[in-house]
Formats: sequence, C-alpha cells, structure tokens
Amino acid sequence: MSRSLKIAAAAALLSVFSTAALADGLGLGRPATPEEVAAWDIDVRPDGAGLPEGSGNVFDGEEVYAERCAVCHGDFGEAVGRWPVLAGGQDTLASARPVKTVGSYWPYLSTVWDYVHRAMPFGDAQSLTDDETYALTAYILYLNDLVDDEFELSRDNFTEVVMPNADGFFPDDRAETAVWAKREPCMTDCKPSVEITGRARVLDVTPDDPTSKVRTGAATAEKAVATQADEPAEGAATQVAAAAAPDPELVAAGKSVFRKCQACHAVGDGARHKIGPHLNDIFGRTAGTADGFTKYSADMVKAGEDGLVWNEETLGEFLAKPRDVIKRTKMAFAGLKKDEDVDAIIAYLRAMPE
Amino acid sequence: MTETTRTSRRNFLKGGLIAGGAMAAGPALASGDPAILEVQPWANQLGEGVDARPYGVPSPFENHVRRRNVEWLTADPVSSVNFTPLHELDGVITPNGLCFERHHGGIAEVDPAKYRLMINGLVDRELVFTLDDLKRFPRVNRAYFLECAANSGMEWRGAQLNGCQFTHGMIHNVLYTGVPLKAILAEAGVKTNGKWILPEGADAAAMTRSIPIEKALDDCLVAFAMNGEALRPEQGYPVRLVVPGWEGNMWIKWLRRIEVGDMPWHHREETSKYTDLFADGKARRFTWEMDAKSVITNPSPQAPILHGKGPTVLTGVAWSGRGTIKEVHVTLDGGRNWHQARIDGPSWDKSIHRFYFDFEWDGSPLLLQSRAVDSTGYVQPTKNELRAVRGENSIYHNNGIQTWHVRANGEAENVEIS
Repeated sequence: MSRSLKIAAAAALLSVFSTAALADGLGLGRPATPEEVAAWDIDVRPDGAGLPEGSGNVFDGEEVYAERCAVCHGDFGEAVGRWPVLAGGQDTLASARPVKTVGSYWPYLSTVWDYVHRAMPFGDAQSLTDDETYALTAYILYLNDLVDDEFELSRDNFTEVVMPNADGFFPDDRAETAVWAKREPCMTDCKPSVEITGRARVLDVTPDDPTSKVRTGAATAEKAVATQADEPAEGAATQVAAAAAPDPELVAAGKSVFRKCQACHAVGDGARHKIGPHLNDIFGRTAGTADGFTKYSADMVKAGEDGLVWNEETLGEFLAKPRDVIKRTKMAFAGLKKDEDVDAIIAYLRAMPE
Repeated sequence: MTETTRTSRRNFLKGGLIAGGAMAAGPALASGDPAILEVQPWANQLGEGVDARPYGVPSPFENHVRRRNVEWLTADPVSSVNFTPLHELDGVITPNGLCFERHHGGIAEVDPAKYRLMINGLVDRELVFTLDDLKRFPRVNRAYFLECAANSGMEWRGAQLNGCQFTHGMIHNVLYTGVPLKAILAEAGVKTNGKWILPEGADAAAMTRSIPIEKALDDCLVAFAMNGEALRPEQGYPVRLVVPGWEGNMWIKWLRRIEVGDMPWHHREETSKYTDLFADGKARRFTWEMDAKSVITNPSPQAPILHGKGPTVLTGVAWSGRGTIKEVHVTLDGGRNWHQARIDGPSWDKSIHRFYFDFEWDGSPLLLQSRAVDSTGYVQPTKNELRAVRGENSIYHNNGIQTWHVRANGEAENVEIS
C-alpha cells in the first residue's frame, strides 16, 4: 500500500471509530452482572486487592499439599522430574545454575496465592477453596523457611509478608545498554580470523527426525502415507473398539473425562510412564506392578501383593474414591463423582491397545 | 545367508552412490530421463474427485513438514511447546497448521456458543460480549509475528540444538482479522485512572499478563481469524489477543476477560517467568518488545545443500518488534565480510520479512550468519555481545546472531565462532 493510500485508509478507519465513539459507542454487549464479575474476577495483586476473606495455617497446608501437590512438586518442594521446584535455591541466583523458587525468586506473595488459586493443581484447576489456598501459601512459605510451623496466613496479615527477592527486579533498561547503541555495522574485513568455539554436535540433544533430509522421492512418500494412516489416538481407538465393541459414544465420553487424568497418565500407542504409570494393558494388571514404573506408594505395592488385580470392578471403585481403596496412594486425585464418568473412563481404557 | 546379505548391501551401497552422482549431475541415461520417458501413474490414471478432500491437506510427499517438540525440555506435553519448521517454509506467512504451539494447560476446546468476553474493573460500564457481538465491530486485517520470549533460549550457554526449527521455531507470522482493542475498551469507557489491563484466558491455566494501557489503546487486536479462517484451537479459538511486536506470552489465547486497573498485577508469568536473570542475580522485568532478529533457514542443519557446488539460494527470515526490517546482511565467512541480502515480499510493521542471498557456491566450507537492521537503526547483536550485558542465565530474549557451519559435503551444523 502506498503511503497516501495508507493515510486515506487510516482516516477512513478513524471516521468509523469516531462515529462509534460518539455518545455510548455502538451499544454492543450487555452489562455484566455483579455475580458474573465475581465469578471470573479472581485476580490478586501485591497490595492485597482481590484477596477474599479467609485464612489457613501451615499445618492444614501440609495436609492439602501432601494430597494435591507433592506428587509433582515433591514432599519438600524439591520437585519430581522437571516439574517446578518450589523451595530452596536461596543464594543461587548469581551462580552458574540458579534455582528460581518461590523463596529465592518470587518477588510477591500475592503471585503465589493468585497462581495456586487460578491454575493449580495441574489438571484440576480452580478446585481449591480460599482457605485451602491460604493454607497452601502458608505451607510454601514454611517450606522456604520464611515462617515457623505455627504460622497462619489470612487476608489481614497477607501484605505483611515481604518476600526475600522483592528488590531483585529492575525495569527494562535495554535502551541504555551497549547492545542498543546505534552503530554503523562493519561490512568488509571486519576481523582477521574466525575459529569455531562450540558445536551443537558435542551435546547431541537434538530430537531425532526420521523424515527430514532424506528426500528420495517415492520411498519417502510411501513411508509418509503410512505414517499418516496410522495416526495415534482416534484411529487406534476406533480400530480396537470395533473388535471389543464397547459403546463408541461411551468411549468418546471417556476420552473427554480422561483429560482429568492425562497430566499424570498416558494411554494409547507409544504411551510411556509419566507421573503415574501408563494405562495400556491395565486390565488384568496386578496393582503396583507396571513394568518399569518405580514411583508407586508402599500401599499400592502392598495391595498388589495382597492380590489386588485391576478389572472393571476394582478399577471402578478406585476411580470413584482412590483413598478408600489405597489409603496412601500417591495419586493426587479426589475421585470421579459421577458413575457415568467412571463407566466412560473404563470404556475408554478398554478401547486402548492391549 | 550372510554372504547374500553382504553382497546385496554392497550392491545397495554402489547403487546409492550411482544414484547420488546422477542426482548431482543430472540424469545420465543415454536415452533420457525416465521421469519423462515413462508414463507416470498420475498421467495415466484418474485422481480423486473434488469431494475427496473437503478440507485440503498437504501432499503426502510433504508429510515430513511438521511441528516438533523437544521432549526433554518440559515435564509434560500438556504444558509445553513445539516448534515451527522454519526450514520448510518460504514467503512470510506461516500456514495455520504449522504455527508453533505453547500451552500451559493444554488446548482449551471452547464452545463458541458459550464464548463470552468480559470487560471489568476501572471502566464506566462492565460489559459482556458474545462472539457475534465482537463480529459486529468494524474489523481490520494485520499481519504480525508472534515470537515466544524463550525462542533461542536453549542457546544462551552455547550452541545446543541442531536445526533452526529448534533454535528459532518459536515464532509464526499470521494475518489476523479482528477488532482493535481500543474500540472494545471505548465501548466500556476506560476511567482516567485506568493505566493497565489484565487479559485472561479461559483455559485450565487461566493465563494472565499485565499490559500498559498505552499499548492496549495503540495496536492491540481482539482477533477471531488467522490467515482467513477461524483461529485454530491451539491458537486460542475462538478469540485471542494480538499484542504486536511484544513477547508471545502476552497474546492471551481463549481470551475470556480483560480487567482495567491502576497498577500491574505481577502475576506468575511476569515475575517467576519471562523475567531476564542477569549474572549478578538481579532480573530485568517488563521486557515486552522483541528486539530485531534474523536467522538463515536454508541452508541449515535440517536443510543441507544437496545439489553440490554452483548456483545456491540462501534464504531466511528477519523481524523486529519495533518496526520493519530495513536491511539484512549475510556473511559466508563467519563475519569477516558481509553482503546485502535481498528482501523480497511485503515489508509490514512488526511482521516477518523474507530475505535471499543468491550466490555461486564453490563447494568450500562456509560459516553462515545473518544480521538484521530494523527501522529504528538497531543492529542485531552477536551472542557474545548479549552475554557481555546479560550473562548466561537469562533464558529469555536471545536475539543474538546465529551461525551455521556448512561443510564441503553440504551438511550444516549449529556452531559458535570467535
């Protein structure tokens, strides 16, 4: 677009908006009700704005944490695998391997409350009560040695907590740095010699790519078509479903309910252990014996030794109330409240490859 | 058995070599090229009819063109990222199905009939819009790049990943259709003390970011279409925020609410994440604009030179969060001498630019780099220039110059040079 055309277009646009800006605008949308705003406006700020009434102490926080959080974040906030570390790391920020935790890095406590309340536990967001969130926030402070075990956090004392790294941040100052300074880039004879100082190959962490580079025509295309045909998930599910003939609608419903599980469990072609064991061939498996899975609770292993084998009945009971079946299971999941959800999950798992 | 295997393997290798030679020099058969001399199946048989592919997909010969992830990067694919295959693309627009994905709670499958956008906080009227309401505002079309602040983040401590898909693939460039955010905010009436907005997603991460009101009233869009069709679920269907030139995390997907406030919220993604940790342990925050950057996409480790010496097309992409790209320079000798690259295609504000450098390769090893200069005069720095200011723990906002080492056989590797 030429410059003059651009200006004309901008002017036209402006005239549209200036008409729109008259009086009450276009009159689009409708007023939000106070209940609607309250339902969605859950954000919390460092000055405490947005915090609801409530309180929770370290002791209660530990209980909620053990049940809902420890499976990913570790018993002491040290984290399992690559899940976020919550505690420790003080005095590491200037080291070669900084550990950024709530205690070492987060500048405001409100961020913890807000995030836990809006997005945690992973896979079951916005399921914590306000008091549970206060208790968890208190417990995370305790894990970071910032409060003692008698501590209770409430809306009233919330803003009194000052985080250790509150002063650890400075505003964007890129414009004042050497990188920014305008310069005339060199075009010829810019340096006398060049040496290779580092190679990606040394690390060898690039994912394997079976299809790239090799472009030999027909052979690749055949392989490509084959890959496309055996796409996982739905294709596989339908295939096996036809053999075992469970209700396809129930399987589809189960696939949807399974989203509650997939943060920790994989199922289907190529499924591997995650936080929890993969669920291929779950039916007929003795509890606590998935090959290669090492993170079972002692109670789960014991149940298996005592003869618990997963079938539709035992799995159904476990999914409805996990802790009624395995007292101290590591599965941080309260259970499926609806029978039809249990049936759907079982139908979905049944439809998976053996 | 053993003998047969050995013989056939030797024959196979020999055959492979001949084929390789033929490919480089062109078909050597006396009578001519079988691709011409023989009637091909597609020239002889009828193909599929018009309804066979009601929503078209690429040729099966292009099946290798895929987004890919780096499994070891994150704990779980539900909160993870995959990468745009830049080395397989040309022009400036990223096809919808190849735009990299970054989710924090998986892909929300929002029912458009239940889609609502709420405006609340420091406004005269707290409002709720349906998707149909949004489509009754005057709309605009704008192409913008979206780059994740962590793009190239794995390269801070040195060359790590072999392929521009992985080093630079957290970017896409899309033509959005949407409503200027200022029009929607005007409908609600921002109060004079409204200095910040907090857009929020409807997904299981309920993503939030604080954005100053000046940006909200400048060029932000509430977008419902990408490249001419509805947003893809993984890109925020049915509605996402577009924050031109600023880090991708701020472009809230599945946008459900915008609150107007008088100060920033300091939420997780603008404190514990997306802040740049310096060597002294202090961190720079609110680093929203993405600085000028470029990368050569071909040749590169995933796209070696297969044709041998002779005419060679070098190409790549450049972009700046502060305007357009004025120039791109390319070096073949590791930065001793630089050449002007040819920018071809549209030069839109805060949008990807395509550059080419067409040269005669003599078959000797190359050390390739590209260097972007944007419309503000900012010159893309080397990685070492960045490290001198920022240290090696920054993770985010690495816009340093990338080096590919091309060997005499045409293969390329990610390297760092003096």
